[in-house]
Amino acid sequence: MSRHEVVSPIPGVFYRRPDPDSPAFAEEGAAVEADQTVCLVEVMKSFHQVPAGAAGTVVEFLVENEDVVDAGQAVAVIEVA
Amino acid sequence: MRRLLVANRGEIAVRIIRAARDLGISTVAVHSTADAEALHVRLADTAVEIGPPQAAKSYLVVDAILAAAKETGADAVHPGYGFLAERADFAAAVADAGLAFVGPEAAVIERMGDKVAAREVARAAGVPTVPGTEGGIEDVGAAVAAAGEVGYPVMLKAAAGGGGRGIRVVDDEAALRTAFPQASREAAAAFGDGRMYLERFVRRARHVEVQVLGDGGDVVHLYERECSLQRRRQKMVEEAVAPGIDAGTREAMTAAAVALCREVGYRSAGTVEFLVDVDALGRNPGGGASRGWFFIEMNTRIQVEHPTTEMVTGVDLVAEQLRIAAGEPLRLRQDAITARGHALEFRVVAEDPDRDFLPAPGAIDRVVLPAGPWVRCDTWIEPGMRVPPFYDSLLAKVIVWGEDRETALRRSRRALAEFAVDGVPTTAGLFRELLDEPWFTAGKFHTGTLEQWLVDRSEAGP
Repeated sequence: MSRHEVVSPIPGVFYRRPDPDSPAFAEEGAAVEADQTVCLVEVMKSFHQVPAGAAGTVVEFLVENEDVVDAGQAVAVIEVA
Repeated sequence: MRRLLVANRGEIAVRIIRAARDLGISTVAVHSTADAEALHVRLADTAVEIGPPQAAKSYLVVDAILAAAKETGADAVHPGYGFLAERADFAAAVADAGLAFVGPEAAVIERMGDKVAAREVARAAGVPTVPGTEGGIEDVGAAVAAAGEVGYPVMLKAAAGGGGRGIRVVDDEAALRTAFPQASREAAAAFGDGRMYLERFVRRARHVEVQVLGDGGDVVHLYERECSLQRRRQKMVEEAVAPGIDAGTREAMTAAAVALCREVGYRSAGTVEFLVDVDALGRNPGGGASRGWFFIEMNTRIQVEHPTTEMVTGVDLVAEQLRIAAGEPLRLRQDAITARGHALEFRVVAEDPDRDFLPAPGAIDRVVLPAGPWVRCDTWIEPGMRVPPFYDSLLAKVIVWGEDRETALRRSRRALAEFAVDGVPTTAGLFRELLDEPWFTAGKFHTGTLEQWLVDRSEAGP
């Protein structure tokens, strides 16, 4: 078992949900595919989907919804299946 | 009006502060923690921090802005564009706090911001809207009759639909008879409702907008702007006045904009947007009554591209907004407003045109802004600053005037060649390429042209 860090490629504001009224892309403990979106980062009013990057289980999110993130910052940890 | 709070950031906050200062009005800036060092904060007489970087927690928080106004003794609020500029509840809250809102009344913002209500105002004022059916149509016979009145080509849209699904364009009755039952069946399957709307389809449209100023009674226009050069509905280049619009059409369109604003007792600066059918314009030059142009919507704010109008008319639109908000009647008489020469505006944004316009916030090391005769650069960037990722990507507006369009284009090449920013990619180089395109210099384009050019350009490779 290895751990994979999901990294935001861009600076901006971090979101767990596609919109405020929808459920989160992925909860902690959920199984995800490598290409599955786990969060959004908003940069200059445009939204970028961030994929898990590895298939496995979401161990934890490292930032809170609507927190500010930097480019290259780890936002979640996946336990690789 | 003695003290104005500017509820915005970036270049427009700087622009508003300058107008206020020219009129001897003191200014209050508000800012997020990300903008503590920003130019608008330093230019204002007073500044108040209103929250963390995220706009939803700072520039969009009505209570924080009103508290800042109270704390600093401001007696007026200018919303700029974007953020709270067209939020009727904000205009109402400002007025309820006993402050002057620099813009129309909340009820007018609400009415003109609602597409259906705005179309009704247009009809009442005798302003043409895109011809179409009022309600949904159920059978092909009714569709053929309606299309005969609307005029071909027509667009079929699911009455219950949205998001472009099931839209079909037909050129004649035969095509309509084939397409209607299909489209209706699809709509019934997708939305449980087979009724269709029919609307005139404009294959090649231009976006032309008329600038107005009103004081609640009197309304004047300040001619039109051409805003068709867009990417994903974001304008990139604007011009005043619109090339290729004949005198008859201009007269009819500007009169329609004034009539519309009189209908609602419009107060402040505003923009009336029209869709112009390029093909109808070509078929019937000079035909002001040809109805090749239709009202689309009204913007109840100062617009990004307002400087082009200022360059050709010599009117400071923001200063006029402030005077009107202070309760002064319009100083401008229609017959004293003329449009002289031609102006263009290029929106330089921090996006990478070679990476599908990926937004590119970051540190700026060096800035060279164009200047010289008849070149204006509205900006907030400075060497050593960081462009934050939290707001829009607009860095600078390069605005150029010339005695005619040809001269303005030549001067634009010069101005954009001077423009330099190190640290983040910008669209300045793209505009230098654009200025070499014959279709652009000839003024032969519509709302789809720029996007197509960008696709062709990216397919051609570097």
